[in-house]
Amino acid sequence: MNVLEIRHLSVSFAAEGGSLQALKDVSIDVPEHCIVGVVGESGCGKSTLINSILRLLPDNGSIDAGSIHFEEQDLTQAGRPKMQDIRGQRISTVFQDPMDALNPVLSIADQMLHIQYRSGLGRKEKNARSLDMLRRVRIPDPESALKRYPHEFSGGMKQRIAIAMAMMMEPALLIADEPTTALDATLEVAIIKLMKDLQSHIGCSMLFISHHLGLIAELCDQVVVMYAGEVLERGTARQIFHNPWHPYTERLLDCDPGSQSSRMRHLPTIPGEIPDLKKRQEGCIFRSRCQFCEDICHAMPDEIQSNGHHVRCHRRSP
Amino acid sequence: MLIYSLKRLALAVLIVSAAMFLLFTMIYLIPGDPASVALGPRATDAMREALLIKMGLDQPVWIQFWNFFTNAWQGNLGNEILSNRPVADVVMEQLPWTLALIAGGMVWSIALGIPLGCWTAVKRGGLADRAIGVLSIAVIAVPSFVVAIYALLIFAVSLRWLPAIGAGDPGNLGDQLLHLVLPSLAVGLGWVGYIARMVRASMLEVLEAPHIRTARAFGLTDRQITYRYALSIAILPTVTLLGVGIGQMLSSAVFAEIVFARPGVGKLVYDAILTRNYPLVSGAVLVTTALFIAINLIADLVVGYLDPRVRSRL
Ligand SMILES: Nc1ncnc2c1ncn2[C@@H]1O[C@H](COP(=O)(O)OP(=O)(O)OP(=O)(O)O)[C@@H](O)[C@H]1O
Ligand SMILES: [Mg+2]
Repeated sequence: MNVLEIRHLSVSFAAEGGSLQALKDVSIDVPEHCIVGVVGESGCGKSTLINSILRLLPDNGSIDAGSIHFEEQDLTQAGRPKMQDIRGQRISTVFQDPMDALNPVLSIADQMLHIQYRSGLGRKEKNARSLDMLRRVRIPDPESALKRYPHEFSGGMKQRIAIAMAMMMEPALLIADEPTTALDATLEVAIIKLMKDLQSHIGCSMLFISHHLGLIAELCDQVVVMYAGEVLERGTARQIFHNPWHPYTERLLDCDPGSQSSRMRHLPTIPGEIPDLKKRQEGCIFRSRCQFCEDICHAMPDEIQSNGHHVRCHRRSP
Repeated sequence: MLIYSLKRLALAVLIVSAAMFLLFTMIYLIPGDPASVALGPRATDAMREALLIKMGLDQPVWIQFWNFFTNAWQGNLGNEILSNRPVADVVMEQLPWTLALIAGGMVWSIALGIPLGCWTAVKRGGLADRAIGVLSIAVIAVPSFVVAIYALLIFAVSLRWLPAIGAGDPGNLGDQLLHLVLPSLAVGLGWVGYIARMVRASMLEVLEAPHIRTARAFGLTDRQITYRYALSIAILPTVTLLGVGIGQMLSSAVFAEIVFARPGVGKLVYDAILTRNYPLVSGAVLVTTALFIAINLIADLVVGYLDPRVRSRL
């Protein structure tokens, strides 16, 4: 069973000089109790993907095609009240930069209280629950922490609080948009371990977005490799890391042999540039940077699939 | 917070002292000695001499300043010329009227400006937003005495909805409030525009902030996000602006008091200038300066109270 099923999703932004296609024909599955990692260079559309799922795209963005199935319904068709219902209750999100992720003029207690407005609990019970969540993410002295304001906490502590808030309503899906990139490397392990613990405790699925290949290899059951708004390859972590099919994935892993275990925090750089998303070329999107580029690559490759390992590359075509 | 308040209070005292020094210097540098001004052209030299000594003007300048300074801090601003009453008493008698007028202007500007700013930010780009934008600029541009005259003509003279002049029956609060409506509108109308623009701009900025996106991602309602999560931050620059804007409202109050023939410090200064009652002018100026600084202080403390980041930093 998949908690989340994204099919053929295309998203574009109205921008100066024409529309910019940020996502093209993206299909992703998030099975129950699974952690799915999404990797890709900066600007490949990871945040756009999250904003599409949450239906929080900026005003100039629109979903042009495709579907996002979550718990028996298509989120691309859901109305505002329905989405509001789902957000924070069934799908929760932890964002990249904890520094400005919490409201600066409201106390932690107030913010945690407000999220529970649909729980039907009394004020006392809500506060008890907030306290319990802070304890679970190991905030020292949670009673006094509740009374304090976000600026009184360090980045790591703020991210813990954000995680507590995200997990509080026991969502079916937790989305994490590079939750540790803004933090010290030393904090990273602890935060990730915390998220993993809570995830298995609550029994939710997780869509985990990161640049950090080592982390993805360690944490995720399945991996999606994105490039310039397209999914080039996806499969189990084992398939992607031990038997990559797409030249782009190979290059990412090649740059550092043994990258599976190394703590590489940033995606390796590959020569060349991401193509202009306003003028998408016909055919394979990775063509301009691919060492195996041939004539056939000017045509769009079909998606090949075997044992849940999906790839879009002519080299794999039968 | 306490230390912050004390610091700000000390600063306010310092600024008022500086204002006193400035005022004293200005009075001192005005050509002609105050005694001849006070006594008129028919006074004898002996009378002038006697008054100079009585006013302490025969002393060295720094002693004069020290006397002025210590007296002023004790609330003694000298006596006015016409009736020889203490200036402080005369000014204090009129002050409540001006304070009421300014408070009324504030009520208008806050009660209209903040909701309008909020609303136009949420409905940005729409017809209402654009219409209110143009209107805001218009009311900012129109001088307050013009607003006063037109308000008087339209609502008091033509439509007869509201009383035209005076401050209302003494002791009848309802009547006094009724008399306050138009003059305070004249004082506050421009500020409705300012505040609406200001709140709109800061709301738009705050609504883009990452923490608002977090709030949306947690499924909070639009109402909750607009009023509790965004407005509580967007309001902060407006509070500071209002504190500074008091100076401008004070000057509008002068016109409103004259047009509506209301008692008040503005009217007092106006009359005092016409009769060359200099001690009264300088006393009233000093009191208004102190008032301005006090309100600024209050605005800063309010911001400190509303913004925990400021509260704890200081
Ligand atoms: N509001 C917008 N208007 C126009 N273009 C946008 C907008 N938001 C994003 N884009 C473009 O869409 C593409 C995908 O952006 P997105 O933020 O999803 O990338 P990302 O993978 O999250 O990058 P990063 O790793 O830097 O967070 C980029 O080319 C970006 O410039
Ligand atoms: Mg991003």
